[in-house]
Amino acid sequence: MASATLRHTAWILRGNPLTAVAASGVAILVLIAILGPSIAPYDPIASNVSEALLPPSHLHPAGTDQLGRDSFSRLLVATRLDLVIAVSAVGISFALGAVIGAFCGYAGGRLDRSVGRFVDVMMAFPLFVLAMAMVAALGNRVENIVIATAIINLPFYIRFARAEVNVRRNVGWVEAARACGESHVSVVLRFLLPNVLPAMAVQISLNLGWAILNAAGLSFIGLGVRPPTPEWGIMVAEGARFISTGKWWLVAFPGLALMLAVLCFNLLGDGLRDILDPRMRT
Amino acid sequence: MTEPLLRIEDLHVTFSTRLGLVEAVRGVTLSLDPGEMLGLVGESGSGKSVTGFATTRLLDAAGRVTKGRILYRGRDITKIPDSDFRALHGAAMSMIFQNPRAALNPIRAVGLQIADAILSHKRMSKQAAADAALKLLRAVQIREPEKRMSAYPHELSGGMCQRVMIAIAISCDPTLLIADEPTTGLDVTTQKVVMDLLAKIAAERGMATILITHDLGLAAQYCRRVVVMEKGRLVEEAPPEALFSYPQHAYTKRLVAASPTASSWIEDLVTEEERGQYLALRAACKPQAKPAPGTPLLLDVKNLAKRYDQGPPAVTGFSMTMKAGESVGLVGESGSGKTTISRMICRLIDASEGEILFDGESIGHLPAREFHRSPHRKDIQIVFQDPNESLNPRFSAFDCIAHPLLRLSGLRPGSALRQRVEECAARVGLPVELLSRFPHQLSGGQKARVGIARAIACRPRLLVLDEPTAALDVSVQAVVLQLLDRLRREDHLALLFVSHDLNVVRMMCDRTIVLRNGSIVEAGESRALFDDPQTEYTRALVAAVPHIRRAQAPIVSEGQST
Repeated sequence: MASATLRHTAWILRGNPLTAVAASGVAILVLIAILGPSIAPYDPIASNVSEALLPPSHLHPAGTDQLGRDSFSRLLVATRLDLVIAVSAVGISFALGAVIGAFCGYAGGRLDRSVGRFVDVMMAFPLFVLAMAMVAALGNRVENIVIATAIINLPFYIRFARAEVNVRRNVGWVEAARACGESHVSVVLRFLLPNVLPAMAVQISLNLGWAILNAAGLSFIGLGVRPPTPEWGIMVAEGARFISTGKWWLVAFPGLALMLAVLCFNLLGDGLRDILDPRMRT
Repeated sequence: MTEPLLRIEDLHVTFSTRLGLVEAVRGVTLSLDPGEMLGLVGESGSGKSVTGFATTRLLDAAGRVTKGRILYRGRDITKIPDSDFRALHGAAMSMIFQNPRAALNPIRAVGLQIADAILSHKRMSKQAAADAALKLLRAVQIREPEKRMSAYPHELSGGMCQRVMIAIAISCDPTLLIADEPTTGLDVTTQKVVMDLLAKIAAERGMATILITHDLGLAAQYCRRVVVMEKGRLVEEAPPEALFSYPQHAYTKRLVAASPTASSWIEDLVTEEERGQYLALRAACKPQAKPAPGTPLLLDVKNLAKRYDQGPPAVTGFSMTMKAGESVGLVGESGSGKTTISRMICRLIDASEGEILFDGESIGHLPAREFHRSPHRKDIQIVFQDPNESLNPRFSAFDCIAHPLLRLSGLRPGSALRQRVEECAARVGLPVELLSRFPHQLSGGQKARVGIARAIACRPRLLVLDEPTAALDVSVQAVVLQLLDRLRREDHLALLFVSHDLNVVRMMCDRTIVLRNGSIVEAGESRALFDDPQTEYTRALVAAVPHIRRAQAPIVSEGQST
């Protein structure tokens, strides 16, 4: 079975080289996130004013910032924090949203209508502003960025899972599962949810990129992660002050890191759906 | 002889797929005279539709005509450029598809859609096109055509939609019409009306028609000449009477045998040799002892009713009984409530009123949402209509069959479970090596077997069959029906057979109940009921079933001559 899955994955990747590129990009990101602090050439927090604002060189591939910290090391170390925020936020909103949405889609009726209206109300807010307000109210901490990002993502997952489950609620195999003695709850959790997972994988992957941007955005405006912790959003924010004096590297490299991370997750989405869906296998 | 309108010579069509090139049509040669109706019959994968699509150049991008010619009025139309072909579409040849609702634009009034078809080929004012559309709606016998002009497809029934499709197809007076399964999915009475209409229009306008169908009876009834296709090849061509009385090719023999007629028995569905095997198998089943007196009925349904929030009640005052080992047919057209009744008896949905006694015990009081805990859950099982939709795409065949055993028979994963699953697979004739496959890797017939194996895994006493063969080819249907009949005898299993196919029900069931609009019209012994229907409605149903006309020559003469 495992070898069949591998062969299938290889087939998808061969037919869609962009997915392979994206997958290796994500793999590298994850590797950096795990190894970050140990492979960073310098201490990301130790300042060294004598070397402040140096342009990129072989000693400092991404230059140094106003406190003389090595930007490259800071970029490497920041990967872990950014990925952890994005993954946990998306994980929470996926887990909650998929379950809520699946039950709404399966049950229909009053539950479905009231949750649907609540989701509509949430989506009427500008989501980033909502996240800002939540972080401001809850306190400037990493957990709160995760919670805020998770909450503003929730409506998308609820809607998505609801729609996907709704079209499947009356198919034969759902009724067959009932006839085999499954309760409604286990039909939703053990039969319908796994079947909507492939479609949701796309949403998750796109959403990861978006969550990274969101976390960086919150840090950029000063909510969330606080200096001197290395984080891509903060690095952009701090570097922005020096852009007018031609110190481009302070913004360019963290910006590039953000862009590449988001791009990889977005590109991965479609390939992921094909890999996860057993029907795509012959 | 006049020149044929259409002549297909040695046509080959190839599709490029993930598994390499697949030849869907390999060397089809046929011709069609003006005004003739030709039946193109075959099972799924026989290449009959692909032949039709190749003729009208509607093959999808992966398909290509690799060899052969298609001559329309003596001109090879496989070579002409697309721009020239557009002129042929509609005006020279047009097509009707299987699912009329999907073929119509859902957000445009049907009158406008007909007018669009006219305007794309003829220069005239919008008003003139609308008038022509109205005339066409009248021609396809739609009641109150003025009103229907502004109706949207969803406001019309399936039969009405197909008439609109016919109106569009004939709007530019084509000389050739290709009807691809035009009545599949329609009720039998609607099918008759639509086909009669199609035949009448074709005759009036001198339009040649190719009727592509899997239904031998339908082709036999409406065509003067029938062509049988198998695996992309043409295997036999003859007038229907000859074809069905004296089929020459082995495949045709099998196909003709498998098509149930108004008089066939279940053992007739296979060729002579296999018939003996089947009868021997059946004879080997030990006869069941007569139930002791005082044994309650297996199923006793009293005054069942179901109302949904909106609309008229789906079912009212439905009562029936079943003894152990008995088979009862539930027939009716779409909307007759037969599916609702089957789900209520299976306790998948709750009845609004009435009582269901199983083995003398009321099972209706336990709500459907709690019924999975009932000890009777494993006694009542169901086989679903579409085998493609009745298996969880993420479960292998093994998981599907093991599921009820794990849930209802209390087995744990291990060798005992594997043994039971393999035993069930063997009983339904599913090779053990297929058990590790996922549903999409199985054929329709194999999926149907998995569905049946799952349903019988826990040795139920009542099996509800919801159109179990509606999505299957006739040869597969024959095997599945024999399988069900054998299982019934072996396990003393009661079968509640829900179907719209009267020939199948007559063969399979001791008794039949005819439903209409949620209540019983007529009930009785199957053969008596079909031979001599008492109500107008049943008579109409029985009369609408297309049948194979056998040649009148007595079979004996054949025996004497050899």
